[in-house]
Amino acid sequence: MKRTLRPSFWPAAVFFVLAAAFGPLFDSFWLSLLTLVFFYAFMGLSWNLMMSAGLLSLGHALFLGLGAYAAAVLTASTGISPWLSIPAGAVIAALAGSAIAWIGGRFSVRGVQFAVLTIAFSELTRVLFDNWDLVGGTGGFFLKAINPDTNRPLVTLRGGPLYFYFAFLVITAAAYFVIQLLMTSRWGFRWRGINEDEDAARALGVPALRSKVLVVAISAGLAGLGGGLFGLMQGSLFPDSVMRLQLSIEILIAPIIGGIGSPFGSIVGAFFVVPLMEFSNTLSQRIGYYGLNTLIYGVVILGIIAFLPDGIWPRILRYMNLIRAA
Amino acid sequence: MILQVRNLTKAFTGLVAVKDVSFDVAANEIVALIGPNGAGKTTCFNMIAGALKPSSGSVVLGDEMITGLMPEQIAVKGLVRTFQIVRPMRTMTVLENVMIGAFARTANVEQASEIAAESIRNVGLESKESALASGLTLPDRKMLELARAIAARPKLLLLDEVMAGLRPLETDRIVEIVRALKASGVTVLLIEHVMRVVVALADRIIVLHHGEKLAEGLPSEIGANPKVIESYLGRRAKLS
Amino acid sequence: MATLYLNVIAGGILIGIVYALIALGLTIIFGVMRIVNFAHGEMVVIGMYVGYGLWSVTKIPPWMIAPAAALVLFVLGYALQRAIVNSFIDRPQHSQFILFISFALIITGLHLVFFGPDPRPIGMIESMQSYAIGPLHLDVVRSQAALMALAFVAALILFLQQSTFGRSIRAAADNLIGARVIGIRVHTVYSVTAGIGMGCAGAAGTLVAPIFDTQPFLATDFTLIAFIIVIVGGLGSLTGALLGGVLIGLSEALAALTISPALKTVFSYALLALVLVWRPNGLFGEQER
Repeated sequence: MKRTLRPSFWPAAVFFVLAAAFGPLFDSFWLSLLTLVFFYAFMGLSWNLMMSAGLLSLGHALFLGLGAYAAAVLTASTGISPWLSIPAGAVIAALAGSAIAWIGGRFSVRGVQFAVLTIAFSELTRVLFDNWDLVGGTGGFFLKAINPDTNRPLVTLRGGPLYFYFAFLVITAAAYFVIQLLMTSRWGFRWRGINEDEDAARALGVPALRSKVLVVAISAGLAGLGGGLFGLMQGSLFPDSVMRLQLSIEILIAPIIGGIGSPFGSIVGAFFVVPLMEFSNTLSQRIGYYGLNTLIYGVVILGIIAFLPDGIWPRILRYMNLIRAA
Repeated sequence: MILQVRNLTKAFTGLVAVKDVSFDVAANEIVALIGPNGAGKTTCFNMIAGALKPSSGSVVLGDEMITGLMPEQIAVKGLVRTFQIVRPMRTMTVLENVMIGAFARTANVEQASEIAAESIRNVGLESKESALASGLTLPDRKMLELARAIAARPKLLLLDEVMAGLRPLETDRIVEIVRALKASGVTVLLIEHVMRVVVALADRIIVLHHGEKLAEGLPSEIGANPKVIESYLGRRAKLS
Repeated sequence: MATLYLNVIAGGILIGIVYALIALGLTIIFGVMRIVNFAHGEMVVIGMYVGYGLWSVTKIPPWMIAPAAALVLFVLGYALQRAIVNSFIDRPQHSQFILFISFALIITGLHLVFFGPDPRPIGMIESMQSYAIGPLHLDVVRSQAALMALAFVAALILFLQQSTFGRSIRAAADNLIGARVIGIRVHTVYSVTAGIGMGCAGAAGTLVAPIFDTQPFLATDFTLIAFIIVIVGGLGSLTGALLGGVLIGLSEALAALTISPALKTVFSYALLALVLVWRPNGLFGEQER
């Protein structure tokens, strides 16, 4: 029966184990680059999950931002461990997602309108945070600097480049396997059914509202989790840096370019898109033309979407199948 | 009595599609809902299955009032419907499609897969089990729609023009499947235009015309009913 | 106090009319092709740079340059549609979205490379002047922009109602298959529509160049405002875009005055969320329920 469902876990497991094993061998440049890759892979996985039910989120930074602020503010103001405040942030993000999904489902806000609804809530929250003193408003929220000599990463959940590399690698791997499990469960079928034809699915007993709320809750919760860790890594939070529309757009480029059909596509997409961003940034600085990076990035994205409409990973899979057949 | 429809009415602005329709469906019966195009048959189905809210009237399934419930709630209570224009989930395989139906009855993936495989065998699609639904021919899509509905283990199955567009050989196959369903205890309410099928399957026939119930009774009675003949064929024809 | 309110309202309505022109472009593209132009704001900024560029060289006031910008953007829109976007019509929504995002990135990138990130204000004598009509003081620049915007809108409506091609556009918007059946070359209709839609954006951009300092990063704000207006007014509805534009211009001005300038967008987004929930098809869109 598994032959009709998603491919086996082992290649992915091998990939993650190798990534972990090679970690200590990278220098700090590669570590920060790959950490960013896994961050975007993780966010892409979370975004892609909602897409499986056909829900296009253009405001995903909202969940990231809520998670980031919740974790940072809770830990800084109450002193509780990040091991509690990050999950708390994830829960807050999940609740926000549930609310949006519920509103969308209950009032039949679909397609383009739903996507715009996500933008509306995201921007609304961003502007509110800009004016909220508790979180520092536009001035930002700053975490206390850590002392590299006395800091214990597993306590503060902060540390150096190698620590954050492993942190994001671990949550990406965990998210990947959790999502695979979900997609091969009854819920995965229901989400895909709703995406294909919601009315036909409902006629077969699929609870549309509940399914949508669930998938968005999980998707948002994951994003909140990633946001919490991201916030700890950045050390400082501004509504404009963690909740803005541009970030929401950056988050979804990797999974779409990689291929939205399978979770691994989000990871592949991140491995393509993040180095591309860094490369264009560096080139732009070297040549001295501000904006060249944006231009290059845009041209490459255009090229990919025009010539590889399903994304990079499906195309790679197709080549691998051809090679095997020959 | 498995289904009791009372005074079902649906009014749109400027048009009353269904007016004051009442009928019963007894357990394990096969009842056919017939009538010329535009008589309001699919609208009735939509109201019974929860896809459309009635303007007035009530629907009782078993001993529960289901008027105004959502389609998924009604499906879970055992009333499953197919669509006149088939709605396969195109990027999913035949097996995955039917499993969605099976998931109405079980949360377990293995079990759902077995139930689905059985349904697929029932309708004769096992050779296409791993094929994508988008690649199926129309007759196969109809079988898929049927298999999906059967996998949801309905107590009452609503079939909306399931024979439309099929050749006689395929129609016969579906007649067999529906007979087998009845034998296994399922009740069937079907909308049909193909009279051969109606006569072969139906225990009772209900005739709708211009949104109202015109006649109700055994096939032999309906066939001889002058009002029915007139509604289909005009004043001077006779049903053969 | 009343005078203050009156002037703020007037100013809001004037800018709202220009916003309406932007929204009109977006809604016409959606109405005909069911495509959402996420690079609409970037098109507006192109118009701004055209206005700024031509003004700095010739000193012609931007409201007179607007038709030139409209033409430039018409050609660009037509070319883009013809070359790439038409092949994306049947693609899934997320693919179309990425396509327009890539356009947005490329346009912004080009703006940055050629003009740099610094804002380019247009300093004209008129920027400081206003027409006095009783207690009302109407900004000269805003008034000129609004009048020109109205001229564009009128021209567009005339075109759509009276010309043969305009009727083809409306036919394609109403009934695609029917339009094809009677021989309308749908892809050409699409290309012209894209040109018109983006032309509106470009014209509006030139008109606001003296009001907002031209810089590449304004694009997102324009895209968002256009979206708010189009959704509130109704996707594909011309009346909706017009009235929605004025409504949003007005409400933002009032919100800035009565609540706080920083929170004025909150009001618009709240309105947007409300409309999405209450009437997802917009105030003037088709009523489904």
